[in-house]
Amino acid sequence: MTAAVARPGSDFFFRRPGLLTLIFLLPPLLWIGIVYLGSLFALLLQSFYSLDEFSGLVLHEFTLSTYGHLLEYSNFAILLRTVLMAAAVTIASAILAFPIAYYAARYARGWSKALFYLAVMMPLWSSYLVKVYAWKLILAKEGIVTWVANQLYLGWLLDAVLALPTVGGPSLSISYIGTFIVFVYIWLPYMILPTQAALERVPKTLIEASADLGATPGQTFRTVILPLALPGIVAGSIFTFSLTLGDYIIPQIIGNSRPFIGSTVYALQGTAGDIPLAAAFTVVPIVIMGIYLVVARRMGAFDAL
Amino acid sequence: MHSEHRAGIPLTLAAIGGLLFLHIPLMLIILYAFTTEEKSFQFPPPGYTTRWLSVAWYERPDIWQPLYLSFKVALIATAIALVFGTLAAAGLSRAKFFGKESISLLFILPIALPGIITGIALRSAFDIMGLPFSTWTIVLGHATFCIVVVYNNAVARFRRISGSMVEASMDLGADGFQTFRHVILPQIGSALLAGGMLAFALSFDEVIVTTFTAGTGVASKTLPIWMLDELIRPRQRPVTNVVAIFVMAVTFIPIVCAYYLTKDGEHTGGAGK
Repeated sequence: MTAAVARPGSDFFFRRPGLLTLIFLLPPLLWIGIVYLGSLFALLLQSFYSLDEFSGLVLHEFTLSTYGHLLEYSNFAILLRTVLMAAAVTIASAILAFPIAYYAARYARGWSKALFYLAVMMPLWSSYLVKVYAWKLILAKEGIVTWVANQLYLGWLLDAVLALPTVGGPSLSISYIGTFIVFVYIWLPYMILPTQAALERVPKTLIEASADLGATPGQTFRTVILPLALPGIVAGSIFTFSLTLGDYIIPQIIGNSRPFIGSTVYALQGTAGDIPLAAAFTVVPIVIMGIYLVVARRMGAFDAL
Repeated sequence: MHSEHRAGIPLTLAAIGGLLFLHIPLMLIILYAFTTEEKSFQFPPPGYTTRWLSVAWYERPDIWQPLYLSFKVALIATAIALVFGTLAAAGLSRAKFFGKESISLLFILPIALPGIITGIALRSAFDIMGLPFSTWTIVLGHATFCIVVVYNNAVARFRRISGSMVEASMDLGADGFQTFRHVILPQIGSALLAGGMLAFALSFDEVIVTTFTAGTGVASKTLPIWMLDELIRPRQRPVTNVVAIFVMAVTFIPIVCAYYLTKDGEHTGGAGK
């Protein structure tokens, strides 16, 4: 304890861990609390105001009428479109991600493990806009997809897909299919990493025990591996779902220019100046993600992050 | 037993197919930087040239200011995030107290909720407070999600530091500062560096929050905003590709470094960006 004499008070905190925790947590809590939650709260408050239709000014009186506007047909269609897209993207990402994550977790060793990891991290951390831009190149009418289809004599198939009602369009870059592909592409790494992390944690002994007890590989997969990987998949889906809900760049660059929640919010707060309705639109993803996070936590997804 | 160590053919094909899906678009970006066609995305390119590299360097002064701003914002945001993220991780990893779960949920909220929510919330807050848009409003937004990245990296490492080592250090006569410098810091150092680099890459590339927190002037254009403008109103498309390759390089180097810094142990560096 001589050191304590040399520097009095230095182990003061060691004896009082609660105080130390408080001192550590206070600055980041204040930052997130004031900057983030404060802003969020101010925004939510505005969703209870309304826009005067004649003057175009915001009326600072409590009302629920702005939320009522959300249920109008055109606005509700935007919400539905966005949620359906987010759900489709999440399911597709989970299906595409699993084999990659499974291979990386179970079979890749040494250099191939590093390669797999970097191969997933590279696109994850590559510039978001660069990736969107890449798909603009790929899906353009004169681009590589059309070229490959023609080389394989599958041009008719591409035309048939584009001729589909609703999801089709004049070219892939101007259709829901295009928007969907780009969303899946951009968020896929977010699904791979937590799924892989969860699969890495499945003990080998458990799989061996399952095999020793007479389970077929298929049974082991369904009853041992998949349930243990599920928290990871749910953790990944937090990202794919949430990111799709809020994105407004992708539908703006690749798609048929039908509005999603993000692009609506951006337009409302910008050119239209209808902050209350923009705020009300923002509340929808917050509520959806709030429910999602609570369910995800119940399923143990946070430990898989 | 042997089959346990070798993947089946369908699985291998699916895994490789998935990786190709992730990488072919990035390769095409590089290919298109050398095309002679500047008005459309014709494939295969009608011809190849390296002239866009010099065009981007000499004839497009509009690239330099956004590049400088992006570096500046990313550096400041990362510095802030390192301090606050580490504090948050240190505080939450050791203690057990009522409400801890909610606080850890709070710390991942800025990345769990869509970026557009962070963006519009900050923007309306700036409006209410009458805060003019500046480099600092951009930094404020970026630091908020960068804190989360550093926190995620640091908290995983803090969990692995055993409390008994800290106790042993104190028992052997080290004071609190010595324990921090000689016992804790060496163990979390690489995780912090990794988190910092990932935060830098994330900030350097951020566009959604930035469109809300940056003003409209030329001086508040970050590189991603410049690129967004080019996507919507293209001119000299291959120049955009040249810049895109540069951005990929800038973000790739920190990722590889972060990987090597965190690869010892089960935790994967950027999991849960």
